[in-house]
Amino acid sequence: MEPIIIEGTSKTPSVKFDPNEGVFELKGRSIPENSVEFYKPLVEWLDKYQESPLEKTSVDINLEYFNTSSSKCLLDIFKKLENICRAKHDVVINWYYESDDEDMFEAGEDYESIVRVPFKMIEIAQ
Amino acid sequence: MYLDIDNYIKQYSGGEVLYSLRGDFDSSVINNIFDNIEEKMISLNEPYRLRKKVYNVLVESLQNLYHHVDNVPPDFCEGKFDKYGLILIQKEGECYRVITGNFVRSNHYKKLKDKLDKINHSSYEEIKELYKYILNHQRISVKGGGGLGLVDIAKKTASKLNYTFLKYDEDYLFYFLNVLVEENRDESKWDETNILEDNGADYNRRNL
Repeated sequence: MEPIIIEGTSKTPSVKFDPNEGVFELKGRSIPENSVEFYKPLVEWLDKYQESPLEKTSVDINLEYFNTSSSKCLLDIFKKLENICRAKHDVVINWYYESDDEDMFEAGEDYESIVRVPFKMIEIAQ
Repeated sequence: MYLDIDNYIKQYSGGEVLYSLRGDFDSSVINNIFDNIEEKMISLNEPYRLRKKVYNVLVESLQNLYHHVDNVPPDFCEGKFDKYGLILIQKEGECYRVITGNFVRSNHYKKLKDKLDKINHSSYEEIKELYKYILNHQRISVKGGGGLGLVDIAKKTASKLNYTFLKYDEDYLFYFLNVLVEENRDESKWDETNILEDNGADYNRRNL
């Protein structure tokens, strides 16, 4: 599988999905009006990855903002990771939040309660 | 037919206006507003938490407008506009007020009002659960809307939603959403939030 590398813009996050290392990263802002257009290829890529994932997959979510449209697409991504987890492969979602960003922290907790994948909440200095 | 937007807006005069626009809203207009407001708040040395909350409310309010604005009435401003909307952002003390407005067809009124009232008549804990429920169960629309925008605004501001409908004619209303953003979210104030709810009252009309 080819990795996905997408540069971030003012409205969409940078993406690094590396199937050889099992490390995925979404970083920056995610506020496209129609997030499906942006996230669909990522979800499709994960569909393929989950056919033969590495033993350990680590996902870094380091978003400054994301709109509610993106929040649904993020859940779609996490559901794919849940499938990998269910097939007895190790997955961890590292959820980054800035130290006084209660909204981002809470968003991580919301996903953690919905998705059956281990979450690690990582506080970063603002 | 006439629409007296000024009569509504003047109730909130006195703040420092950061941005005001009435006209067609498309993606580039909306992006420009995001950049503009972010720069202005940084130049005013606003705290990071407040900047972030205002930005979040702005994104959801404007993208709501973008997704859901109905076409304007055919006789509105001699057909000059296609997707007419309104945005006003102003600083009031240490808070920011974000007012958006757009036309809504009468047959969409009940669904929208029911959604707003459901949020306002819930407890804050119920709002948090409602958010998770919609996130997990409701499909994203073809336009990209997730059905979460209004709940998200209420959740992040811990304030009930102030809204008003002005009747334009038998087929159209004009819908205002009025959000006051504070730096700190105080969930204990949820039940104390003073709500302005309106039921499509027939305000005096004046040509724009």
